[in-house]
Amino acid sequence: MPKLVAMRGNEAVAYATKYARVEIVAAYPITPQTIIVEKIDELISKGEMDAEMIHVESEHSALAATYGAASGGVRAFTATSSHGLAYMYEMLWWTAGSRIPVVMAVVTRAIGPPWNIHVSHEDILMTRDTGWLVSMAENNQEAFDLTLLMFRITEDPRVYLPGIVGLDGFILSHTVEPVELPDQETVDEFLPPRRQPYVMEPGEPKAMGNLVPDEFFEELRMDMQQSMENAVKVIKEVGAEYGKYFGRDYSNMIDCYRCSDADYLIAGIGSWMGDAKIAADKLREKGYRVGVARLRWIRPFPWHDLREIAMGKKGVIVMDRSLSTGHAGPLFLEISSALEGKPSMVGVPAGIGGVDISHDDVALFAEKAIQLIEENGRVYIPVMWYHLGKIFPTYPSSGVKLD
Amino acid sequence: MAINIKQLPKKKYVMPGNAACPGCPESMGFKYLGMALGDKAVVVIPAGCSSVIQGLWPKQGFGLPILNIVFAASASAASGLARALKRRGVDAQVVVWAGDGGTADIGFQALSAAAERGEDIIYICVDNEAYMNTGIQRSGLTPYGAWTTTTHTGKRQFKKPMPQIVAAHRVPYVATASVGYPWDFIAKLKKAASIRGFKYIHLHAPCPVGWRFDPSLTAKIAQLAVETGAWILYEYENGRLRLNPPSNRLIDPSKRKPIEEYLKLQGRFRHLKPEDIKMIQKEIETNWEEIIRTLKVQGDL
Repeated sequence: MPKLVAMRGNEAVAYATKYARVEIVAAYPITPQTIIVEKIDELISKGEMDAEMIHVESEHSALAATYGAASGGVRAFTATSSHGLAYMYEMLWWTAGSRIPVVMAVVTRAIGPPWNIHVSHEDILMTRDTGWLVSMAENNQEAFDLTLLMFRITEDPRVYLPGIVGLDGFILSHTVEPVELPDQETVDEFLPPRRQPYVMEPGEPKAMGNLVPDEFFEELRMDMQQSMENAVKVIKEVGAEYGKYFGRDYSNMIDCYRCSDADYLIAGIGSWMGDAKIAADKLREKGYRVGVARLRWIRPFPWHDLREIAMGKKGVIVMDRSLSTGHAGPLFLEISSALEGKPSMVGVPAGIGGVDISHDDVALFAEKAIQLIEENGRVYIPVMWYHLGKIFPTYPSSGVKLD
Repeated sequence: MAINIKQLPKKKYVMPGNAACPGCPESMGFKYLGMALGDKAVVVIPAGCSSVIQGLWPKQGFGLPILNIVFAASASAASGLARALKRRGVDAQVVVWAGDGGTADIGFQALSAAAERGEDIIYICVDNEAYMNTGIQRSGLTPYGAWTTTTHTGKRQFKKPMPQIVAAHRVPYVATASVGYPWDFIAKLKKAASIRGFKYIHLHAPCPVGWRFDPSLTAKIAQLAVETGAWILYEYENGRLRLNPPSNRLIDPSKRKPIEEYLKLQGRFRHLKPEDIKMIQKEIETNWEEIIRTLKVQGDL
């Protein structure tokens, strides 16, 4: 029988690795990720989880050891955050290019300097180009569900790419919420034993990751692109199956809230999209028909679904918890390119480095963006910085008149 | 451990037509690795000459399973791989085959951590004393006085004492070896494979390209390094030091060949002044003094 347990987001992820029957975990501690590995270590010590922990000396080694274990044929897991993710960046490419299924949790956090341990999306969005599947949870239940799903999806022969489950530092990682834990038998039915394209075995000469002719390198990259396209199908299929097993459907790559009749959409990723939903309700009370499109997946990018949902709307407001310095928010760039900038688009970087954003804040800047669009007709504003109740036009949109 | 050549596998683990330079010490060493461990070995190779020697996909110059890995990660990837194979009940010996840079420089942190954790792997440092794959740049294991493309007037620092540093981690087995003494190396590999835990073998590997000598001389130069006392063959078993036969009698400095015999054959030492040679001689003396001191403390001398 499934049971409802109150736990922090990090614990939810740790429990998901137990239910997934992960055999080897290698990780290095970093705030706010630490509880994940502490909890796993505790579950192993109590005999509740049949796995081994490799206590490595760095994140670079954490992913290398996880990769080594996965190459050796067992389900392997690691978790990190911020500087740790930056430190293992090289290994992200190596793992993806090797087509080795591995699952990693990224507890989102700002990257210094100055030191800041609070939520920001610079770290997780840095992984966009590496060939990993990247998902982002809204709440603790979803952090649990996406972790289980990720094992199933990454080990699907149509995919064979590693995957990241993102959850917001402190907002989810350290906040207690009710999480429904399934029973092991059902998980075992949903998640079959590990599959992977090859296993390192003694007596079977093969070389992985060796030198290749340039043409083959390029072909491999395009093969990964094809696998990402396959992953869209697999995510929807497996997500629907998850709904049948556990009662929560994940067949949609975009979680839509009051989208269908909306004139305006607020788009973004992560936990603050819950606040955006409240803001949408508030704005509707004021007479603005607003919906929320929360991207559950960043890679593969839900290109078709997003176009279907957002094309024809009067405007899309993209909330970005990070900035691609010298341009705009990374999510704004992704979304506006998919929508060809056809609806009016406003990018709002806010809440960077953990600056608190409430639903009132979201309602405030979304209303401002809507008014701009209604007054000026079509607008395209990559950066409209919202900070402590005020809006600042800044590069590259500083020439745009906002008032 | 006595080795009988008839009992070693006949199978070839270094294929003809691989991409090694003529006289390459790494392909010699890898051949001995195959002879010692046979089909049990699963090899992890970081960036370096051996990444290239394997040749271009889909051809493969080594007859063993190879997991290639980024420069800094060999000891950690091997840790994960060894644990996974063990969990699956597979009888294998995971071996790291890394160069001097991958060992003493960029891979040092991961190596030290794997040693501290007591991972069940054999870590082999194939020491050709510079970054040969990228074109002869200085590493932490380039010896004093040696010319490289980043030490044009000769390196001014001594080699990092890697075997001693690893031995200080109190791992069960550390040994030095040389491609000039295959039997000694094969015996050490076999012994290492019989011990559980972290094993380290430091293999001296003279490189004709980087050291500037004729490719026919690789084995001779490797032997000269030992005969002059510049490279000492010994092993630490559970912390106890033992000199091996090729180096045994060289405790007596008068038994050693003059260092000039070793240096003069190598273009990388061509520019040396007499005071440089004195420094090299001094380093050799220091290394021997350390060995002798340890043997005395142990009561073996």
